[in-house]
Amino acid sequence: MNLFENVGKFSRFLVLVFSKPEKSKTLFSQIIREIDKLGINSIGIVVIISLFMGAVITLQTAYNMLNPLLPDYLVGYTTRESMILEFSSTIVGLILAGKVGSNIASEIGSMRVTEQIDALEIMGINSANHLVLPKIIAAIFINPFLYILSVFVGIMGGLIAGSLTGTVILTDYIEGVQYGFIPYYISYSLIKTAVFAFIITAIPSFYGYYVKGGALEVGKASTKAVVNSSILILLANVILTQILLK
Amino acid sequence: MITVNNVYKSFADLKVLNDISITFEAGKTNLIIGQSGSGKTVLLKSIIGLHEVDSGSIFYNDRNFTAMNLKGRKEIRKEMGMVFQGGALFDSMTVEENVLFPLNMFSNSSEKEKKERANFCLNRVNIQNSNHLFPAEISGGMQKRVAIARAIALNPKYLFCDEPNSGLDPVTAILIDNLILEITKEYNITTIINTHDMNSVMEIGEKIIFISKGNKVWEGTKDGIFDTDNEDLNNFVFASELYKKIKKIS
Repeated sequence: MNLFENVGKFSRFLVLVFSKPEKSKTLFSQIIREIDKLGINSIGIVVIISLFMGAVITLQTAYNMLNPLLPDYLVGYTTRESMILEFSSTIVGLILAGKVGSNIASEIGSMRVTEQIDALEIMGINSANHLVLPKIIAAIFINPFLYILSVFVGIMGGLIAGSLTGTVILTDYIEGVQYGFIPYYISYSLIKTAVFAFIITAIPSFYGYYVKGGALEVGKASTKAVVNSSILILLANVILTQILLK
Repeated sequence: MITVNNVYKSFADLKVLNDISITFEAGKTNLIIGQSGSGKTVLLKSIIGLHEVDSGSIFYNDRNFTAMNLKGRKEIRKEMGMVFQGGALFDSMTVEENVLFPLNMFSNSSEKEKKERANFCLNRVNIQNSNHLFPAEISGGMQKRVAIARAIALNPKYLFCDEPNSGLDPVTAILIDNLILEITKEYNITTIINTHDMNSVMEIGEKIIFISKGNKVWEGTKDGIFDTDNEDLNNFVFASELYKKIKKIS
């Protein structure tokens, strides 16, 4: 299937997804369930990865600051900026594309091959809207919280690693974390996180929804979903950075 | 009553349905039989609108389903119940939640009434004490019965069953067949069953349509099957030694 055909199919899919839900009460309860499934269940992986990335950024920066003219607080400053600008939005987005994306594609794909989606259609329910809209809304809502958590944990990771190894003095690190803070960077990254949340949920849902065949095809769809949503995240990252930081 | 008029359906160059015209009567179990790949599932999915037909029309009583827009079809689909080959139960939901699902989506009754209705439907298909189990935790026969309970939850006018007893042992298969027959009579439903199980044909076949290579080859009752001289039908029905012997006796 060529790119244009896929784009057209995806657009038609989005029209179905964003049509009026059958019952708003049901939509609300589904959103809550998805927040738990896609967001709360991802807290563990986000915390672990952010903690270690924060630690590594701090250690690498400290070990590469050989010039005595560079102030020591730069280590904390670099860790904070790396976490806020790129790591907590883009890298966490890529990790969630793998974890959440494969989960969504295989869940919806399995529903397709076991005729559960047909069962919804027969009941007169817009299956795309019923299955996908709650996931998109939930991710756009919860992922910014995961971003904030990731920034916080990453900075803490840097602080712990710097202190334990003795590469950074605690007061210097804290001074660096507070130095030259630009609040707009948080807004910029929150916008990126929301866009990535849409990609992480919509693309895998699309691949899962149109899967044909059996378990093998569900696996292939899941892989395609992760690869393509990761590429789109990186592409969106460049475009948003150019637009928002110009 | 469902009327299919001159329906054609193909996938790319492959012609699957060729000028099919059938009338499915209310209060009767209408069986579509045929070999695997004969087009019976495509016919059933075309009738319920999961496949768009190339030409021809399908009427639900006097309502032209093929000419309807999505909104009109959605209204008719609320009058449909369907039992899929694999049950198609929602595996993230319990047995009770599966039956409650269509009620929650379309019924304005209170929570208590909806729960009562769900339990009534589950009792009707002889499912007790399994409300909180998940589909993966119950047997294939129970899954089919839960699927029937879900299909009848909203009192459908039309019931569609795709191979309802495939993968079931003969005893459970007869139970499912008889359950479908009873429900059809009880609620005067237009029931269409896709099957290649000759036991089902003999057990509940009130009106039988034989499809071969996308064509309607024969139409009649289960008694008529023994008298037919249609070669394709005879080759299909009396393929096994058991049925060859039964034909000799009859």
